[in-house]
Amino acid sequence: MSESASAEQSRFVLQTVGFDARFPNTNQTRNCFQNYTDYFRCITAKGEDFAPCKQFKKAYHSLCPNEWIAKWDEQRENGTFPASLEP
Amino acid sequence: MALFISNFNSIFNDAAEPWQLGFQDTAAPGFTGLVTLHNTIGFYLIVISFAVFWVIFSIAYYYNSNNHPIALKYLTHGTVIELIWTISPAFILIAIAFPSFRLLYLMDEVISPTLTIKVVGHQWYWSYEYSDFVTDQGESIDFDSYMIPESDLELGQFRLLDVDNKLIIPVDCHIRLIVTGADVIHSYAVPSLGLKLDCVPGRLNQVSFLAERPGTFYGQCSEICGVWHGFMPIVVEAVSSPDFLVWIDSASQ
Ligand SMILES: [Cu+2]
Repeated sequence: MSESASAEQSRFVLQTVGFDARFPNTNQTRNCFQNYTDYFRCITAKGEDFAPCKQFKKAYHSLCPNEWIAKWDEQRENGTFPASLEP
Repeated sequence: MALFISNFNSIFNDAAEPWQLGFQDTAAPGFTGLVTLHNTIGFYLIVISFAVFWVIFSIAYYYNSNNHPIALKYLTHGTVIELIWTISPAFILIAIAFPSFRLLYLMDEVISPTLTIKVVGHQWYWSYEYSDFVTDQGESIDFDSYMIPESDLELGQFRLLDVDNKLIIPVDCHIRLIVTGADVIHSYAVPSLGLKLDCVPGRLNQVSFLAERPGTFYGQCSEICGVWHGFMPIVVEAVSSPDFLVWIDSASQ
């Protein structure tokens, strides 16, 4: 078991987005939304392969319910996303 | 303390039992704090109640019109006693407020979590999403957790409490839950872990906790959410971190 566990450790790292001083309250709705918009602003400015953008992607995946992400992805495609994604 | 008790191979009470009046056994520092605060305040409540009732009954006994016919004429006012019984309750309330607020803000704190789990309440089941491990293909680990109907129960399972897919967490890790509702307001509650947080549609609420010992902890939806509100229980299973990684690997396939 310890062998398979160490093999897993290379694949999965127990790590998540840390505390964000902009969102110190129980309400984290804005934290999720901010990271989502920041990611798409980041990749429009620097391109999809720009490594620092990945942090936003990790954050919004950890914080936003999958249903919300799917809905916003759809809205972006239709051009009805309710926030500017220009950098 | 939990480890010390478990040396004697005792069994913890991690699920509600019929006609239960007391608390379940604690498995998280937050809940230990809540129980301690409750017990401490409860002790002083008894002391104060005895003092107040003793004063009331002795006054009613010694100064009634039979024993003390002229008391009504002369014992009508006392500035000192008025001051004492106004100011001392104020200090007692302050003495309760300080530890209470301290605990409230301590439990609000999200201390560098190792894992974020999203909890979504539905009519009438829970769904869990582990998205820290999302791959480049965007695959995330998510599953629904339904109550096991009475006809499918196996020996040793709890009626109205056991579920098909438990929430698995690593023990001794700070875990952040992000809770929300998909349709109406639900409430995510697990007494042993000191959790109770409303799941509001369109809003994300955050709570942090730490399981101090491996075990299976039971809870129930705690906000009336429709006809089957009572049939969407919660089961959290805390396992060691290597076991957790093995589980997350099997769940991702
Ligand atoms: Cu509910």
